[in-house]
Amino acid sequence: MRCGDFRQSYAEDMSLFDSPLPRVLLAGLLVFLLVLPQFATTYWLDVLNRIFIAIIAAAGLNVVTGYTGLISLGTAAFLAVGGFTTAALAGKAGLPFVVVIPLSGLLTALIGLVFGIPSLRLKGLYLAVATLAAHYIVEFTVSHWDHMTGGVNGISIPAAQFAGIVLKDDRGIYYLIFPIMVGLLFFTKNLFRTKTGKAFVAIRDQDISAEVMGVDVFRYKLLSFAVSSFLIGVAGSLLAYQARIISPENFPITLAIDYLGMVIIGGLGSILGSIFGAIFITLLPEMLRLATDALGNYWPGLMVIVAPIKTGVFGLVVILFLIFEPDGMAARWNHIKAYWKLYPFSY
Amino acid sequence: MEFFLQLLLNGIVVGSIYSLVGLGFVVIYKSTSVLNFAQGEFLVLGAYICLTLTVQYHVPFFWSFLLTLVFSALMGILTERIILRPMIGEPVISLIMVTLGLSSLLKAVIQGIWGTELRPFPDIFPAEPVKIGPLPVSQGYLISLGSVAVLLVIFTLFFKFTRAGVAMRATAFSQQVSLSMGISVKRIFALAWSIAAVVSAIGGVLLAGIRGGLDGAMAFFGLKVIPVVILGGLDSIAGAIVGGPIMGILENLAGGYLDPLVGGGAKEVAPFVILVLILGFKPYGLFGKIKIERV
Repeated sequence: MRCGDFRQSYAEDMSLFDSPLPRVLLAGLLVFLLVLPQFATTYWLDVLNRIFIAIIAAAGLNVVTGYTGLISLGTAAFLAVGGFTTAALAGKAGLPFVVVIPLSGLLTALIGLVFGIPSLRLKGLYLAVATLAAHYIVEFTVSHWDHMTGGVNGISIPAAQFAGIVLKDDRGIYYLIFPIMVGLLFFTKNLFRTKTGKAFVAIRDQDISAEVMGVDVFRYKLLSFAVSSFLIGVAGSLLAYQARIISPENFPITLAIDYLGMVIIGGLGSILGSIFGAIFITLLPEMLRLATDALGNYWPGLMVIVAPIKTGVFGLVVILFLIFEPDGMAARWNHIKAYWKLYPFSY
Repeated sequence: MEFFLQLLLNGIVVGSIYSLVGLGFVVIYKSTSVLNFAQGEFLVLGAYICLTLTVQYHVPFFWSFLLTLVFSALMGILTERIILRPMIGEPVISLIMVTLGLSSLLKAVIQGIWGTELRPFPDIFPAEPVKIGPLPVSQGYLISLGSVAVLLVIFTLFFKFTRAGVAMRATAFSQQVSLSMGISVKRIFALAWSIAAVVSAIGGVLLAGIRGGLDGAMAFFGLKVIPVVILGGLDSIAGAIVGGPIMGILENLAGGYLDPLVGGGAKEVAPFVILVLILGFKPYGLFGKIKIERV
């Protein structure tokens, strides 16, 4: 690792890796994650799959909330749109996943725009309110459109298949989710090195100034919302393939709040932050479960209140992060990195 | 016809409670520009405290109600002091997220203490219905409607004539100017939060009294207040007062006439459909101030 900043041109400043070491480390991590399923148990494969899906959706939410500064409470609804589209396309029409997944993303982006257009003319919290409405309208639709979505009983999804390959178990689906996640993360990371991504950030920082500088604010807000909904729709589609059965109950408003919590705790406007946040929030209930399993013998009443404990810990962590580390875990990580870069002469 | 009148009446009564809780919402938004997503939890918490005092500790209803109000006011002040004060000057997303976090935290506290099952609420209203024309009307409805009306009048007078009320309006207009006029903006913020918590608790007790039961799911009411205040205009107290009954009537009519067609749930979703329409056509609501921004 380098001990300082030696960038001499703008291109260098914008490069993803400042030295060969992170490149090697990242490649190592990817290889490790590729061979991991051969050794992991079914339980941990399931957890890993859910983490990866959460990372995709959190990155999607971060595009609109962290980078463009528009607050969305519609994550759960858009996940549901992606998931139920997949159920219809894969289950009823029998299409292969290479078609189903992009189509689910596109349809979600379209539905997102329907709710985005009225509110994106306004600022700040209006999108939050409109997406809240979107959540309840989508929830109502999926739980009442029985022959398409299975209504409140839910609907089952056939195993993902393409050209004779059928991804039946957790291990198979891992090799579908993992490459998609890596690809989409590289896409979002690179998005913010392009003109479009910079326009998003300009809108977040000062929308009126951005408009004065020639950024078409409404267009880019819509674009950002569409990209975000697309990513979340893809995540929803993968979620359907992974869970194999989904019902409206899988997508409550608290899920949308969980995702907002992920980007806050991880770090707004940071892809790394989305990853940290998704891992943290997905592992939180698992860790609490392990802890209550261990303590259950000594304190039997604990089992009953494990659900409220999860909600409470989540709320508390979000509040504490907002008060003490508003830039999230990604900022903390960068501090640690900077500290060790100059060790032992860091100040 | 009788069905229609019944729906209308239901709408007005529930709508009046919307107005009351919406008032708390608007007061917070106006003076601190925070959108309070924890309003529903304030409401449920207030109702549960009243329930516990009355049923478990056998406090007469009048006194337990007063104690609930005192507790709510304190909780509002504490919330502002501990959670919202450090957030002054933070971006909107943080302000929204902190109230969502608070809502999760309160939800957990409520669920941890009282569980999730429906509890019967003491009969605070006489059960005997009154006849108005051909329509039998439960006394609870009338008492609830009456008390909300009285409260709304009291609050309107409070904002118009008292020293604190005028200071609140000044703060909503411009925090800097109020500071230079010697108004303690911090104290106004605390006052706004305690007013919001108190009106929510009153709303919660009335609602639980009308329904005769109480569970955590009633917190959804707090989210349904959002379409109401958007309809009236987020920063308009008159808007909340007018918007409540309108939304109440609309959702009850939707529930009454559309439910048989779509198979239930229309009442819950109708306010949100209306919300999207308002945002499309009249985003600042009926009485909201149209914001003009200058850089």
